[in-house]
Amino acid sequence: MSKPVVATASLAGCFGCHMSVLDIDDRILKLIELVEFNKSPIDDIKTFTKQCDIGIIEGGCCNSENVENLRDFRKNCKILISLGECAIMGGLPAMRNGIPVKECLEEAYLNSPTVDDKIIPNDDELPMILDRVYACHEIVKIDYFLPGCPPRADLIWEALVALLTGKELDLPYEVVKFD
Amino acid sequence: MKEIKFKIDGKDCVGKSGQTIVEAAKDNGIYIPTLCHFEGLKPAGTCRICTVKVGGRNMAACTTPVAEGMVIENKTSEIEDMRKAIIEMLFVEGNHMCPTCEKSGNCELQALGYIYTMMVPRFPYLFPTRSVDASIPRLYIDRNRCVQCLRCVRGVVTADGKRVFGLVNRGGKAAISADKDLAAALTDEQAQKAMDLCPVGAILKKGVGFKIPIGKRKYDNKPIGSDL
Repeated sequence: MSKPVVATASLAGCFGCHMSVLDIDDRILKLIELVEFNKSPIDDIKTFTKQCDIGIIEGGCCNSENVENLRDFRKNCKILISLGECAIMGGLPAMRNGIPVKECLEEAYLNSPTVDDKIIPNDDELPMILDRVYACHEIVKIDYFLPGCPPRADLIWEALVALLTGKELDLPYEVVKFD
Repeated sequence: MKEIKFKIDGKDCVGKSGQTIVEAAKDNGIYIPTLCHFEGLKPAGTCRICTVKVGGRNMAACTTPVAEGMVIENKTSEIEDMRKAIIEMLFVEGNHMCPTCEKSGNCELQALGYIYTMMVPRFPYLFPTRSVDASIPRLYIDRNRCVQCLRCVRGVVTADGKRVFGLVNRGGKAAISADKDLAAALTDEQAQKAMDLCPVGAILKKGVGFKIPIGKRKYDNKPIGSDL
């Protein structure tokens, strides 16, 4: 039987959740035995080359590219996991949700004391910023949620092993945290 | 004081007349989760986390006095799921960004989320627009995190009996506010008390933050209610 295929992405996140994946330390060798990686910053595969079993999403959606990327993951992955607070509830980027986009852009590109060229970037190549930051499950169906900022390495490991082996997940108290 | 016999989840318990269900349960080593309740303050029953079932009816255990022969359901799957739903509702109706909050690790709302292993709220996020009041010299009020438990309203009182905090507006617009002059006169000790009373990170002392490292905070390793 071929190995289950895993894909990962960082949307509006800081890559901290991906770092936490690496924090499983030497268990990463076991992980490589258990699964094959497809599209992911871990192996630098940029586009899906096959249908995947598990998609792991870090970060919420703050722009049109995030939405497109997330929908692409939903199309190509049987199971989607929201990894970390940003994917689950928008996280730090969602702190702008109470502020109108216009005000955010003006503050960042026009009024900030360190701004030199006072221009709001509007190149066609740039993705459009959304009206607010969205949690992943507000855009597509998400199957599992692993909270934390970042999620503890043990949580990621235990959840992946449970998913891959079909065993019941028994999490110690210390492992599920929101920060 | 008269002795009262009652049952919680089938366990025989003994309480005293005048005790609430929460207090009597505690004396019998049974934890009923609370959030708006604070020992020593008059119970307000605002959050309903402590809901138990008595005679098939839901009651707030922090306001209901224990009575002779009461048969109380506390840890049934139905009640536990309803409590989890309340926690989730509180999370979506405010802006609770745990990673950015100074109270994280010492927050009772978060700690309740932990004991119910809340992975994601089942309700849609509201992302309400709420304001921050940083005008008080020793404190700031971040209404994004307020759960309107009214602990500060009930507990922070001046020497001559005036309430420093109050609830303004109604319904979805209800918010905690402080009396400008009374709040300005708060001593360092009173400010600390106000912060400690707040179960979440809505009232925080200025000039100090993130004092206790991650891993050593109140609820990092010990679940809320486990010290009973």
